[in-house]
Amino acid sequence: MATAVQTVERENYLNSTYGIKSWLLTTDHKRIAMLYLVSITAMFWIGGFFAMMIRLELLTPQGDLVSSDTYNKLFSMHGIIMVFFFLIPSVPAVIGNFVIPLMVGAKDLAFPRVNLLSWYIYMLGAITALTAMVTGGVDTGWTFYTPFSTTYSNTHVIGAAIGIFITGFSSILTGLNFIVTIHRMRAPGLTWRRLPLFCWSNYAAALIMVLGTPVIAITLLLVALERAFNIGVFNPQLGGDPLLFQHLFWFYSHPAVYIMILPGMGVISEIVTCFSRKRVFGYEFVALASIAIAVLGFVVWAHHMFVAGISVYSALVFSLLSYFVAIPSAVKVFNWTATMYKGSIRYETPMLYAFGFIGLFTIGGLTGIFLASLGLDVHVHDTYFVVAHFHYVMVGGMVMAYMAGLHFWWPKISGRMYPEAWAKLSALLVFVGFNTTFFPQFIMGYMGAPRRYHAYPPEFQVLNVLSTAGASILAVGYVLPMIYFLWSLRYGELAPPNPWNAVGLEWMTPSPPPTHNFDETPVVTWEAYDYESQPQEEVTVGH
Amino acid sequence: MTVTNFQPATQEEHFSPESHVVPVSLYVVIWATLMVCTALTVFAASVDLGIFNIVVALVIATFKGTLVVLFFMHLRYSTKLTMITVIAALFWLFIMFSLSMTDYLTRAWSTYG
Amino acid sequence: MATSDLQIAEHNLQHHFADMEQQQETSTFGMWMFLLTEIMFFGGLFTAYLVYRSSYYTAFVEGSQKMNIWLGATNTAVLICSSLTMALGVRAAQTGKPKLMVVLLLITILFGLGFLGIKAVEYHEHWTNHEFPGPNFHFETGDPAHPPTDPQHTEIYFSLYWAMTGLHALHMVIGVGLVSWIIIMGLRRAYSPSYYSPVEIVGLYWHFVDLVWIYLFPLLYLISKKHG
Repeated sequence: MATAVQTVERENYLNSTYGIKSWLLTTDHKRIAMLYLVSITAMFWIGGFFAMMIRLELLTPQGDLVSSDTYNKLFSMHGIIMVFFFLIPSVPAVIGNFVIPLMVGAKDLAFPRVNLLSWYIYMLGAITALTAMVTGGVDTGWTFYTPFSTTYSNTHVIGAAIGIFITGFSSILTGLNFIVTIHRMRAPGLTWRRLPLFCWSNYAAALIMVLGTPVIAITLLLVALERAFNIGVFNPQLGGDPLLFQHLFWFYSHPAVYIMILPGMGVISEIVTCFSRKRVFGYEFVALASIAIAVLGFVVWAHHMFVAGISVYSALVFSLLSYFVAIPSAVKVFNWTATMYKGSIRYETPMLYAFGFIGLFTIGGLTGIFLASLGLDVHVHDTYFVVAHFHYVMVGGMVMAYMAGLHFWWPKISGRMYPEAWAKLSALLVFVGFNTTFFPQFIMGYMGAPRRYHAYPPEFQVLNVLSTAGASILAVGYVLPMIYFLWSLRYGELAPPNPWNAVGLEWMTPSPPPTHNFDETPVVTWEAYDYESQPQEEVTVGH
Repeated sequence: MTVTNFQPATQEEHFSPESHVVPVSLYVVIWATLMVCTALTVFAASVDLGIFNIVVALVIATFKGTLVVLFFMHLRYSTKLTMITVIAALFWLFIMFSLSMTDYLTRAWSTYG
Repeated sequence: MATSDLQIAEHNLQHHFADMEQQQETSTFGMWMFLLTEIMFFGGLFTAYLVYRSSYYTAFVEGSQKMNIWLGATNTAVLICSSLTMALGVRAAQTGKPKLMVVLLLITILFGLGFLGIKAVEYHEHWTNHEFPGPNFHFETGDPAHPPTDPQHTEIYFSLYWAMTGLHALHMVIGVGLVSWIIIMGLRRAYSPSYYSPVEIVGLYWHFVDLVWIYLFPLLYLISKKHG
């Protein structure tokens, strides 16, 4: 522990101007990233609170903690908050906003004021959705299936839908900003082939944001209109088709999962190469795999509808396409592994999370292939098998990647080192806690335990108790970084410009960077991940 | 130091779209064509072409739309990137329409006893 | 106060761009990306239209025959004229003719308001005919010899009619607002041949709204003149 409080004397983006207005009216992408960091962390804890309530209820087979209606609200609100208000913005809005202009050698994103607007829109949407939740909640599931959501539910569907609608525009504007920035603001010499893979991944995710989000926006708008005016577009009693809602909903929501995971994969690419001291194996393949995931992700959506009543011929097409979408993800896993082979591995916290990601994402991804198989899906659809699958990719994968990225870029963002020992402990707790929570759910689901039920047959209790125990460990694993990151802001060791000896333009600025990022626009003359010519120096590690 | 997005490895067309001034006469010709096509589509709807009514209507609409996009929206004078953006929009619409229709067109094929 | 072309350009160059050319190209590309999202936004409604029209063609035919083709065609012509004046207005900004730009954009707004006025007339008629979906929906074909074959699905046709044209009209209103803002800035001589990208991108938005109507008109108004 540092005995004396060290302060950064040099002017940087954090201390260049003071006062609440300088933060709320900033157009500096780094400050906006910090605004997002605060908002998203708050939403994570709210979503986590609902998770805690769910796991507490599921300790016993009877529905005794809350009523079934309340339970419906709990899992709905957990899903809505975690998907729309945490996972989708997390890496792009926090890490991407901060790092992408630095990585491309620009002074800011293409549209800084749109970036700020994006945050305000996010806040408006979040407040709208939270208001709906606090004043009565919503119980349709995050999937809003009709006609329950349009006609029969007695909860605040319109409020929640409007909140998500509004936040969707935040996502669209962020994606738009990223795409334009990466096309138009790259420093001289920074060709597409030299672009960091983090940029490639966020670019691919931004494509999905821009192409897909408008569709869920119009769909939720239709749901709100139908609910308000009792029109029958999705209501079978009035001539509508509830499956049309599902088609339109999943047209976005399936690619949305790739919005969530692609930026995380980008983080992993950056970390694996740096902590193996080796350039990424098959750079072009990893870059193109990101684009392939984005494109293929759009043609598989009806695998969420296999048992909903779609035509079996359509289901066959979607099943086949769903197998294909796994291929680029697998390419990435192979390439990360090959990058590590004969590399000089260091086990700092970002790399620990990266290892966790690769293992857990692979498990989650494989179980996704099981779900893509029509025959198997008939058996496990709407069971805990599905719940376990998506938590493996989203929490075991994405949240771990987010934690990895926060740790990796924390010195750049804050100018401080986090305490490495505590961070390693947290990573271990997260890994153990996560698997204890979610592996039993695979077993439960395969044995037939349905999802979204607040009471269950007694034979599932042991697995449920194990799951809840794991969740409490996981929670500790998430609380510790909250504490030590905050602690590090004041007491952490001062970070050098490049504590990890990484290759990349963002490591060529001071930690934290000045407001204008670069004194002179850099000219890039080296290939991406040129670790071979980097000196083998000791890294800086915080205590 | 003037810095633009200089790319030594790949040559992107370096247009200056704003510097190309479209002649007034061309705009007027496009306008007149659009008006004629509007009249044409109204007329075509009054003729019973059976299944081809929708085809004719969409062909005319697409022709009109193409003129608007190419000339009024300057796509004709814009970068390749802009062109790719427009094509991407059409392609993604196509995905949404066609894959949704794989369900609706084939539901009746199965019989459920 | 006559500011030169170069002064206007320098005044408006944002700090994170190297030069005005990069800024202009970037802002144009940004607007195209935004229009991409708008295409997908309307695209969801077009998908719903495609699904229901292919499944319930007769119901759609009957619904569309209650549309006033002449008002719809006039509106189409009005929008096409407005696109001409908009394009000429952008050209005026590009060639350094601010007063001409203001006049052309004012005419554009007039056309836009004309469109909205005609739309209001149509909406009023449909409303009084109980052709608004919901509990008060009541559909008559207007021909006693041919009663409605499938009123339930004709109601869906009208749901889509109101949703699609309503969303389009909302975009028109926003467009009128944007063009008004450009006019105000134009009166302040804010634009010059080296800096007129706001005019260009508002023009792109306006043409896009016209483009959507070019498809809405035949799909909603011109389905078929014959019964069944």
